[in-house]
Amino acid sequence: MRQNEAMELDALVERASTEIAAATDLESLAEVERSFVGKKGELVGLKKTLGQLEPEERKAAGQALNEAMSSVAAVVVDRRAVLATAAEAEQLASERLDLTEVIEEVKRGHLHLVTQARDRLEDVFVGMGFTVAEGPEVESAWYNFEALNIPEWHPARGSFDTIFVDLGEPETTMLRSHTSPVQVRTMENQEPPIYIVAPGRTFRTDTADATHLPAFNQIEGLVIDKGIGLGDLAGTIESFVGAFFGHEVKTRLRPSYFPFTEPSAEFDISTPSGDWLELGGCGVVQPKVLENCGIDPEIWQGFAFGFGIDRLAVMRYQLDDIRELVNNDVRFLRQF
Amino acid sequence: MKVLLSWLQEFAPGIEGDPVELGETLSALGLAVEEMTITGQGLDGIVLAKVLDLSPHPDADKIQIVQVDSGDGEALQVCCGAFNMAVGDLIPFATVGTTMPNGMEIGVRKMRGQESNGMCCSAEEIGLGEDSDGIMLLTNTADASRVGQPITEVLGMETDVLYDLEVNANRPDAMSVAGVARDLAAALGVPFSFPARAVERVGAPAEEAAVITIADPDLCGRFTARVLRDVTVGESPQWMQNRLIALGMRPINSVVDISNYVMLELGQPNHVFDLDTVPDGVLNVRRATDGETLVTLDEAERVLVPGDGVISNASDEAVSLAGVMGGLSTEVTEGTTNVLLEMAWWDPPSISRTVKRLNLPSEASTRFRRGCDWGDNIDRAMDRFCELIAETGATIAPGQIDVAGTVPDVSAQTVRTAKVNGLLGTDLTADEMADYLTAIGFGATVAGDDLSIEVPTFRWDVVSTHSAEFEANIAEEVGRMYGFERIEKTVPKGGQAGYLSEYQKGRRLVRNVLIGAGCDETQPMPFLAPGDLAAVGLSEEAVSLSNPLDASESVLRTSLMPGQLKSIAYNQSHRSPNPRFFEAGTVFLAPQENDRGEMLPDEHEYLAVALAGEEAPAAIAVLNLLADALALPNVQVRNADSLAGMHPTRSGEVVIAGRTRGVVGEISPSVLRTFGIDGRVAWLQLDLTEVLNGPHGKRSYRPVSKFPSSDMDLAFVVPDETGADRVRNTISKAAGDLLVELSLVDIYRGAGVDDGARSLAFRLRFQANDRTLTDDEITNTRESIISAVAKQNNGNLR
Repeated sequence: MRQNEAMELDALVERASTEIAAATDLESLAEVERSFVGKKGELVGLKKTLGQLEPEERKAAGQALNEAMSSVAAVVVDRRAVLATAAEAEQLASERLDLTEVIEEVKRGHLHLVTQARDRLEDVFVGMGFTVAEGPEVESAWYNFEALNIPEWHPARGSFDTIFVDLGEPETTMLRSHTSPVQVRTMENQEPPIYIVAPGRTFRTDTADATHLPAFNQIEGLVIDKGIGLGDLAGTIESFVGAFFGHEVKTRLRPSYFPFTEPSAEFDISTPSGDWLELGGCGVVQPKVLENCGIDPEIWQGFAFGFGIDRLAVMRYQLDDIRELVNNDVRFLRQF
Repeated sequence: MKVLLSWLQEFAPGIEGDPVELGETLSALGLAVEEMTITGQGLDGIVLAKVLDLSPHPDADKIQIVQVDSGDGEALQVCCGAFNMAVGDLIPFATVGTTMPNGMEIGVRKMRGQESNGMCCSAEEIGLGEDSDGIMLLTNTADASRVGQPITEVLGMETDVLYDLEVNANRPDAMSVAGVARDLAAALGVPFSFPARAVERVGAPAEEAAVITIADPDLCGRFTARVLRDVTVGESPQWMQNRLIALGMRPINSVVDISNYVMLELGQPNHVFDLDTVPDGVLNVRRATDGETLVTLDEAERVLVPGDGVISNASDEAVSLAGVMGGLSTEVTEGTTNVLLEMAWWDPPSISRTVKRLNLPSEASTRFRRGCDWGDNIDRAMDRFCELIAETGATIAPGQIDVAGTVPDVSAQTVRTAKVNGLLGTDLTADEMADYLTAIGFGATVAGDDLSIEVPTFRWDVVSTHSAEFEANIAEEVGRMYGFERIEKTVPKGGQAGYLSEYQKGRRLVRNVLIGAGCDETQPMPFLAPGDLAAVGLSEEAVSLSNPLDASESVLRTSLMPGQLKSIAYNQSHRSPNPRFFEAGTVFLAPQENDRGEMLPDEHEYLAVALAGEEAPAAIAVLNLLADALALPNVQVRNADSLAGMHPTRSGEVVIAGRTRGVVGEISPSVLRTFGIDGRVAWLQLDLTEVLNGPHGKRSYRPVSKFPSSDMDLAFVVPDETGADRVRNTISKAAGDLLVELSLVDIYRGAGVDDGARSLAFRLRFQANDRTLTDDEITNTRESIISAVAKQNNGNLR
């Protein structure tokens, strides 16, 4: 290769490097790249002149040209990387957001407090091997009273403060005063063993005030199996209370009276202050109730228990007025 | 039932110790202590005083100026808000410096400018009963010479413990001081006995003065009577008044007070007749005849039915409503001297029915309804009554008339100890059980593994001819005495799996989807006011309540709409303009007969979604979310213009798998006006019972294709009366299996589209599982769709 041609090539590479370094963005870099190594670029143009050279010169000149093109291409790659990084940094800087400056368009809804309490209770009992039974809210005297060993003359009927509905003979149809009718219906329709809880709305002629509602929610449990006794009831209540309230909370049973259980008890839970708080009623299912539902009390025994769901919600959040549960004020509903 | 410790100790002196611990023992026996009070304490400084003068307060109407003598003979001025005193009355008076039982300190103060040097006290203020109306007047019970002495001395008040017990409806025996003492003594292991009562008998025997018969022995198990002469009606001694007041009864006169005292002490209600108003002393116990009338002690005329029990006289006129209330014609009055004292046992269900029908509860009938003692306790109560009235100067005739009716059978019954242990979860021996039972008055003898048990006559609640029930009753008594707290806690060994039903899981899913959609769950009560259903255009035919608490809560809802609209209106009036609500709740539809032949409402669980400030499409969007979450098959909205409560041109029926399951759209503007709601309300109501019991949740796997898909947008100009869903169906059918996605992406009305029509733009995606689609396939499908829409929906490609 002739000396001056080699010098020309070096000058060309030198100029290319300078122009590449001067390119300030990716577009101008691409243009510079095209002007040297593009199809119509200067270096590619030189390639076409190789044919005019003698064969022995052609080889050396071709090699020199290839080296020049490679070195220009390498400079382009380096420069492109620099420019791309700068471009991205600029882009990122331009899209800065103040993340404390958010307009809340998406709001979640809220499950009702009673639903939340009921779901938690159901989940605990499902974990203990129970299924969840439901039944109608308007019941006949058979399901609400008679099958439960509360005959028409029984003084206990008065204590239920029943809301009757205008169907059939007077006082034969009523809004259920407890969810025990669901127990009767389950026993009528299902062979033992039976392990159910029955949550739902119940009704009494209580005028609404800070601590009473005429419509409120209860959950009752029923177990019918072989060899079930009061000890199983006490143990089941202790297990449930431990799972629901925490294992530091203790339970105790006190003798009580319900027409549908014998023996009957109230059950209390311990409070952090060391007192006992009455939670609900329970007992061993009365043999007559079993017979009323077609279950042989010689083979099967069982227990039942029940307590208020609303009251748990009231206790948990220390509501000062239970009517909040039915007022449906969003300022209340959205707190939970 | 309230009891005083000192009174319990008259039957079991060994009952003593820490009052709180005694209370815990009572609770553990099933006699829950609702309140415990130490009485007769904190009354230092309260003395007997005499009212010397009364004059109006110069500057106040509601208080007066009282001058009292509090013991020094001087007039002391106090201001008092009660006006029931007269000059000369004796009253309890708190002197300056006294701290009252409720903590209030009595000092010298000025009331509207007048000095007050102490306080005149009501009965309630000194812990003697609940009477807080007016000042307690002691004029007739205290001696004026004792003015200035401490009130505790004047009234014979001693420090005592008062327990207010919650006695369960099955415990007849515990409705008496003696019965509570028996239980408590047994639990403490101390002796229990009834004090002996001796009364002198004089004059002609009772049998000569009265003749008693029982015509209906099922009504009356036993009727006893004694004859009392020389009776005077005066005031009871202070100690008796104090006890009656402590237990919540108001002293009336010596005869009534003794009657009440004996009932409280021994649990035996009793009744006194003025014997001179009973011709020939003839009385007969029978069922009333239909329509028979009787004027009772409260001067009300009672119309009776054959279920009621009466006591009638020689002319067969009813003179007493058996076990419930005496008759006016035979009432003991100030002038009474000869008395027939009745103590009887009445059939509890009969008494219950009469009390309920006439709404006449009383202390006496409360006890009869639970089943009183038909045995020794009647004689014991007779003796006690006679002893107490003899102290007032009355004389007691020899003899006792004692007529038998039908009493419960308490002959010995066998109880298996294994069954008792099984019911309790205990491992007690027959001997241990027998000991527990005999301690509370049962007869119990051990016979191998069994017990032979005789129920005492004071435990009617335990009596049963039903052997399984009897064993359960005995198990409770054994358990009570053993102590429920000592029973080992075990858990059933059933080992079955617990789960929620598909329905219950579906309901939870619905709730969760809706809270994700920003809806708050509401739970209004299911009661509506008459007219609420009409206000939303629904039939007024609904089940109503017989005894509603309030007329505005007397109808059971057949729709969730009125409740939801009321909730929205309530929130709008409290500055929450656009609540998004949902509710899953019961509605009560037309009654149907069940397999017991009873008519009960057809109950369904409905789901309502109410979006204030939103238009119909928002409700459709929620419907689509639910349809997707529950995998509801073939959900369609059919435009409809006459749905109750709904916007006439913006609502439709929700059809799922060919069945109408609800409504969707907007609430009618006129209904919104009726409920006072601003803005629009988008609405969805579904019959959740039908939806979740119907087909849902089924999903089938479709392999994700490895081949490229091809998208296509088609816009058709379709007449307004042709529903978009119909065009969609046409496209879907014509496109065939290759169509994997289809959505409506744009609706356009305006330039370039004829009036009465709109352009519906759909986006379609085609894909096969086994090959890349060819251009020909796509083109052919496109042509089929275009011609089908043209033919079936009169729609032209735009």
